[in-house]
Amino acid sequence: MPEPEDELIRKRQRERSRLLALLLGAFVILMFGITIAKMSINQ
Amino acid sequence: MTSVPLPHDQSLPADWRDLLALTKPRVMSLVVFTGLCGLLAAPGPVHPVLGFTAVLCIALGAGAAGALNQWYEADLDAKMKRTANRPLPAGRMSRQTALHFGVGLAVFSVILMDLAANHLAAAVLAISILFYVLVYTVWLKRRTAQNIVIGGAAGAFPPLIGWVAVTGDVTTLPILLFAIIFLWTPPHFWALSLFVRSDYANAGVPMLPVVVGIESTRRHVLLYTLPMIAAAIAPWTLGLTGWVYGVTSVALNAVFLFLAFAVFANKAAEPKQMGPEKRLFAFSIFYLFGLFAALVIDRWMI
Repeated sequence: MPEPEDELIRKRQRERSRLLALLLGAFVILMFGITIAKMSINQ
Repeated sequence: MTSVPLPHDQSLPADWRDLLALTKPRVMSLVVFTGLCGLLAAPGPVHPVLGFTAVLCIALGAGAAGALNQWYEADLDAKMKRTANRPLPAGRMSRQTALHFGVGLAVFSVILMDLAANHLAAAVLAISILFYVLVYTVWLKRRTAQNIVIGGAAGAFPPLIGWVAVTGDVTTLPILLFAIIFLWTPPHFWALSLFVRSDYANAGVPMLPVVVGIESTRRHVLLYTLPMIAAAIAPWTLGLTGWVYGVTSVALNAVFLFLAFAVFANKAAEPKQMGPEKRLFAFSIFYLFGLFAALVIDRWMI
């Protein structure tokens, strides 16, 4: 039977991992957008 | 720096909501708005993706500065009612987490600004973060009653950064936008510090009402309002903006001056009787939003 403290730690770790994955995905899309924008300006 | 260890269960990872709270989201809204207005008021085209990224970097930089400010001031925040429930003084996060988060966010925002905009915008962003953390938070805040006067420069950078991100240079108008926020900060914060004076006094922060008294602070509010009005009307009188900004600026400054006079005339010493101070503080936020919105409307619609 897990301790309530352990459950809270796991819950926070899961939430932070999900958020980090979302932010990394957004960062990849943003870098793609910046690259396309820079290329269109330089053409 | 703190000398009192703050309670925190080291085994518990910080909640992401507390990391978000470290960035002072409410302060960030004004920073993002003025930065966006600086960007939109600048002459010349800006690619929407690059403009968005520049504003995002301004927001992240402001968030980083806020996080580092809370990391350094955790002991002060614990002593004030207004800030005692922040993640660090409330013991919901370790100081090391806040430091790593703040430094990481600051470095990330400056590098991203350099990639998306230009070297000058990234340099000004870096200077603004360092100014807020080192000059205001570490050096001035606990040492002098003029902390807000000089430290106000930190909050004045966003429109300048927005402008530089588009043009790559600094001209008269962005300097005036910087000056407006720089000169707006003292009356704005002194109005607040008048009705939360006991909080600052308990924490040992040498805010003006704590050091020179209530009456002198009210005089300072009125006196500092005058150069702020001059700076706010200057873009119109110098021919850098059109009539929309001019009319809005004159109207907003007239109300600000009226409210500053009301603060000057108030003799109350109890926070409950400080209606004029509370009204000036609330209006000063609307004032800055209104002034910068008028600047953008003037640039795009006229």
